[in-house]
Amino acid sequence: MTARALLTNPLTLAAGAIALLLAIGEALSPGFAQGDQIVRLTTVAAILGIVAAGQNLVILGGREGIDLSVGPMVSLGAVIAGNVMAGQDAAILPAVLAACAVTFAIGLVNGLGVTVIRIPPLVMTLGMTAIIQGGLVVYSQGVPSGNAAPALMAFVNRPLLFGLPGILLVWAVIALALGFVLRCTAFGLGVYAIGANERAAMLVGLPVARIRCLLYGFSGLFAGLAGVCVIGYTGSSFISVGDQYVLTSIIAVVIGGTSLAGGAGGYLGTVLGALALVLLQSVLTTLQLETYGRQMIFGLTLLVLMLLYGRQARLRV
Amino acid sequence: MSTALIRSRPWMLTLAALIVLVLVNTAFQPSFVQPAVLQSNLTTFLPLALVAIGQTYVVLSGDIDLSVGAMAALVNVVTVSVIAAIGGEGMAAILAGMLAGLATALLCGLLNGLLVALLRLQAIVTTFATGIVFAGAALFVLPQAGLPVPERFWRSYGATLLGLPVVLWILLAGLAFTLVFARRPFAAHLLAVGGSRVGAFQTGLRLERIRIGAFVLSGLFAGFAALCLTGETASGDPLLGQSLALSSISAVVLGGTALSGGSGSPVGSVLGALVLGMIGNVIFFAGLPFAWQTLVQGVIVLAALAGGVLVTRR
Repeated sequence: MTARALLTNPLTLAAGAIALLLAIGEALSPGFAQGDQIVRLTTVAAILGIVAAGQNLVILGGREGIDLSVGPMVSLGAVIAGNVMAGQDAAILPAVLAACAVTFAIGLVNGLGVTVIRIPPLVMTLGMTAIIQGGLVVYSQGVPSGNAAPALMAFVNRPLLFGLPGILLVWAVIALALGFVLRCTAFGLGVYAIGANERAAMLVGLPVARIRCLLYGFSGLFAGLAGVCVIGYTGSSFISVGDQYVLTSIIAVVIGGTSLAGGAGGYLGTVLGALALVLLQSVLTTLQLETYGRQMIFGLTLLVLMLLYGRQARLRV
Repeated sequence: MSTALIRSRPWMLTLAALIVLVLVNTAFQPSFVQPAVLQSNLTTFLPLALVAIGQTYVVLSGDIDLSVGAMAALVNVVTVSVIAAIGGEGMAAILAGMLAGLATALLCGLLNGLLVALLRLQAIVTTFATGIVFAGAALFVLPQAGLPVPERFWRSYGATLLGLPVVLWILLAGLAFTLVFARRPFAAHLLAVGGSRVGAFQTGLRLERIRIGAFVLSGLFAGFAALCLTGETASGDPLLGQSLALSSISAVVLGGTALSGGSGSPVGSVLGALVLGMIGNVIFFAGLPFAWQTLVQGVIVLAALAGGVLVTRR
């Protein structure tokens, strides 16, 4: 790669941003870049990364693909899992299955709305956001309910293998699996095909609507799984616990170099994007700035990243 | 009504929905038609209606503006801070505050437009990011809610003029603006840019200028909405208007404007904003258990959006 190609490659840029943020963090507060601290930050990034996996798929599928309902889906996954397991280790598996099944089904409804009725994804998932939030209020009656089983909390927070908590192994497995599915299976190549040129994909006989529907289903499923991780991380849940993941998941995908226009990008970039984003938030917290300073630096950083590689092609005659 | 008529004027369907909602609401709440109740409802719906007008111009040109809520908050705190800095109850301080607020709105809209149109950044992520920056700036200007505005400010906002409430005059002025604006060449250019960006470019339209213009309009309308909110709450709040961005997009879509750009009208969006408000009203007065209200409202809004898409899609 030439120097310029290297400088404008989202993967190297994101990796560079991660190294830079670690250096800044270490300079500001010695111990920032130490093993324990990095494992803790990576755990936080893993939850975001799992949500962003679904967001990544939906965006890759193109046609203005975006999923704004991942936030309430994370909350829903956490609330369902918390209530099904109710602190019992034996009930962890049913809890995970229940959370993921419900969010997968809701994701499919999003997909049907987008493909069959052809509601713009932004509107469909925004409408679904209100419905899920309303459903959570009805279900919980405004009272936090459900708590994590001890084994789940240990899985998320304590070292399991090679000093790493189980959630990081789960994230690694998801990353490998998604990389394989996207690059080496007919479904994955179909995702790129419908994202890059839907008409061409349809003409070569790809089941465009079915693939897109599944993408929204998977987005729901990943959000539900992240919800289980959230309740494992914090121990209990409340009905707006997932709100923070809506826009951060989109940004992680964009920082990672996946085009919002669809059809180009991949999950490796999103993994780096999630790490960079969590590091940035952590550095800003370390700086002990006022809220306004944190917000403004966060927003400006996004704009700079967009300027570096989020620009669209110039129109030509 | 023929389907062709609805396809060319989808807002007529929104108007029909609004009339039905008004009738249903009056059945549940007979006092709804009293002037005072109508005025208080309009006061509640007005900010969203104004923001939706500006959002329509951006959507028509094929972009989207997620920063309108943060812009409204920033304008609100700038206005109250300038009024407080000048001090007194005088008209001069109030006017200076309003002008400072609107200038802020204009600059914010201009910044969005420059980033999106000139630097070619994705509108959705860019306006989200500038929204964060504007929200941060609002917290910088006024860290906590407070700073009451002079009595004259909110009294005149709640007053009547020539027998009609000021809020109604503001809404009528907004609608009049959209009607006059629709006859300007710029409005046709907006539709062309949103309908086919490459086509508009090849025709020789100044794409950058047109898209920037749309963002500036969105900023200005968010600014007007913020002044209305200031008249309603009579003080500054840096966290004001957080739901405006997404609600305004719902209002735009409910009003029959295509999110892909190129077709629709701001009048439809005003109707869409009123429909959104009335849905909330009807649900409140239908006597549903409180916990169920958000869910039912969400289902109705999504059904309305889906219905609108089904009717207008080509």
